[in-house]
Amino acid sequence: MNVNSSSPSVFWIRNGDSIPLSRVPFYTPEDFRRICLEQVYSGGRLALLSSVPALYGRKGGKTLLALAADDENGKIGVLCADLEEKNSYLSLSSEIPQAQGFEREIFEEQGILPKNHPWLKPLRKQETPYPFFKVKGEGIHEVAVGPVHAGIIEPGHFRFQCSGETVHHLEIQLGYQHRGAEELFLRSSPERRLVISESFAGDTVIGHALAYCMEIEALSKSEPPLYAHILRGAALELERISNHIGDLGALCGDIGYLPGAAWFGRIRGEFLNWLMELSGNRFGRGLLKPGGVRFNLSAQQTENFLIRLDKAERDLKETAELTFNHPAVCSRFEETGIVSRAAAEALGMVGPAARSSGCERDVRRDHPFGIFRFYHIPTAAADTGDVMARAVLRWLETERSIQFIREQLTGLLEQSLEVELQTEIQKMSPEHLAVSMVESWRGEILHLAVTTSKGEITGYKIVDPSFHNWFGLALALRGGQISDFPLCNKSFNLSYSGHDL
Amino acid sequence: MFKLLKARLHQGYQTSRFPEAEIKLPERFRGKPVLDPAPCQENCSACAAVCPTQAITLDPFQIDLGACLFCPLCQEVCPEKKIHYTPDYHLAVNSKKDLKISEKEAKLAEALKTEMLKVLGRSLKLRQVSAGGCSGCEAELTALGNVVFDLSRFGIQFTASPRHADGIAVTGPVSKNMEAALRETYAAVPSPKIVIAVGACAISGGPFAGAKAALLGIPEDIPVDLYIPGCPPHPLTILDGLLRLLNRIKGSPSPFQKSGV
Repeated sequence: MNVNSSSPSVFWIRNGDSIPLSRVPFYTPEDFRRICLEQVYSGGRLALLSSVPALYGRKGGKTLLALAADDENGKIGVLCADLEEKNSYLSLSSEIPQAQGFEREIFEEQGILPKNHPWLKPLRKQETPYPFFKVKGEGIHEVAVGPVHAGIIEPGHFRFQCSGETVHHLEIQLGYQHRGAEELFLRSSPERRLVISESFAGDTVIGHALAYCMEIEALSKSEPPLYAHILRGAALELERISNHIGDLGALCGDIGYLPGAAWFGRIRGEFLNWLMELSGNRFGRGLLKPGGVRFNLSAQQTENFLIRLDKAERDLKETAELTFNHPAVCSRFEETGIVSRAAAEALGMVGPAARSSGCERDVRRDHPFGIFRFYHIPTAAADTGDVMARAVLRWLETERSIQFIREQLTGLLEQSLEVELQTEIQKMSPEHLAVSMVESWRGEILHLAVTTSKGEITGYKIVDPSFHNWFGLALALRGGQISDFPLCNKSFNLSYSGHDL
Repeated sequence: MFKLLKARLHQGYQTSRFPEAEIKLPERFRGKPVLDPAPCQENCSACAAVCPTQAITLDPFQIDLGACLFCPLCQEVCPEKKIHYTPDYHLAVNSKKDLKISEKEAKLAEALKTEMLKVLGRSLKLRQVSAGGCSGCEAELTALGNVVFDLSRFGIQFTASPRHADGIAVTGPVSKNMEAALRETYAAVPSPKIVIAVGACAISGGPFAGAKAALLGIPEDIPVDLYIPGCPPHPLTILDGLLRLLNRIKGSPSPFQKSGV
């Protein structure tokens, strides 16, 4: 990896950096492809592959842009390809599966053809009939589910190819949630952009809003005060805890383990309520703004939180111990929906889903941002890649996040840090490119922005962690049973709206 | 078994006593905004200008709760503090015009017609359709099922099929890719049926109003019986609205709530 880090092939930046567009290296499509493959083969991964119209014409014609993450060294390699007059290039997906979704997106949005793409199907566009992958043979049958599901969840279509109860293949067709968020975002006012970023995925308000704020701060070279970083970090971890616990409750509910479903569900609410006491909204809407945060935490609130945090932790421990020691829970969770480490790596999976398969990736550790530059939360990992791993991992991360919040809040009380909510945002740099990454509860969120010669945002790209992980869910079902699906789905709990944008 | 019983005793009884006892939400919670009728500074339009969804009009001075995202911006920019949010979570109404609130007393949702209430009896079964929803409103609808709110104790449940439902609860701005599915689901619910719009997106498009791949909420030709504002609405806002629709809560909230304390 070190060899690559020093190679001149890409321009290395760090999370939260902005660079002048003139520093972005351009290559021929052939060299671009070679460099991207080299990066991935030597342990890196594609955090983004896109075609940002704002970069068109900088060299000759349409442009491809890649961000290759070097997690080991905390660097992100930027590079572009100039397609000149051509409207196609040789697909990367045939070599590295993690490019498949990105290349489909580029094809769908910009009409640039990735030649030899093994799975060139609509990503968000509705095509009838949709070209589902079919398994043929005696006794093979198809089961179709969705887009409207039995429970209260977002829409998506699932197509199972089965013989008997055995699932040979699951295909996930998304796009029902596509609202045109990226396009709307670009032509919106800064105030509107913030509320749209809070709604890319409504269970990841803090994660996406933070990535957006980091973009603005990177482009305007502003640094929020430490106090704001602490509250942002605490809010991000509250979001993680509430979602993780909610998922644990939902997993228990799916297998009929009602004490877990009831208690995890109830305690999840406590954490949402703390976000509400801090920000006025249960999901933390309104808390963040470029340059800092809007609300403080009074000493009284902090003390009160700390007392209730201890109680919530005791209640959680009790529930988690009961759940994970229950033979019925263990037998249902273990060896269900296995994703191998090799598969997770090949697909470029992120977040808890990747960490459950032994793929230790965590933006907070690998590309630290905000408060995580000063305080490290130990990364949790598991290696069995099954539902049990994804469940236990959530519990481990919850414990560590609680510990983090406790230490941060205790620090606030003891050091009586000056309450400084925000710094003023300066003008954004013209003709710059900025990258921000946040470890949200689901995994890596990536935002990329490009500015005009007047310092206005003219290109914006959003990658929700779900984008990397949906294919992992499809693989988890291989060889399993249809009845495993709800459980596997919950154990990933991916965002439809975050994927569809 | 012993450990489980011990835990059950320890965890205790968690279901709230709502609506018999009102629940007090924290001071910072942004529920119903209150407008000060005193005239504004001359030529000041800071609140309307900053509002990300153009929910505020100045002449007459009012906020459209169907578009309002309950974000803190207007309250923050007003030089005279003429807009402030209160923790009052009673927000659901029956018609779009009731969503526009001014300094006057706001009108809350009323019960369905007697015939419809007779059809429903003591139960209400709803099919949830997420049509471009970000999962915020969906999460709050799900939260209603937890032990604290325990929606089922009111006879209200979410069904797995529209054919088993009395109506639909719609979230999201209605992405174009979901319009057909929404219409089919609505058609599959046996008549007479009710429609509930949950959240700013389903009412007006919310933060996504004007997005090219989405509508402006539930299409006009699908009649809506209950509008529940919020981004997302608090579970109590939803519950209060549903219970008003079913005639289980009547009249205005207690003065304690109205004053917003």
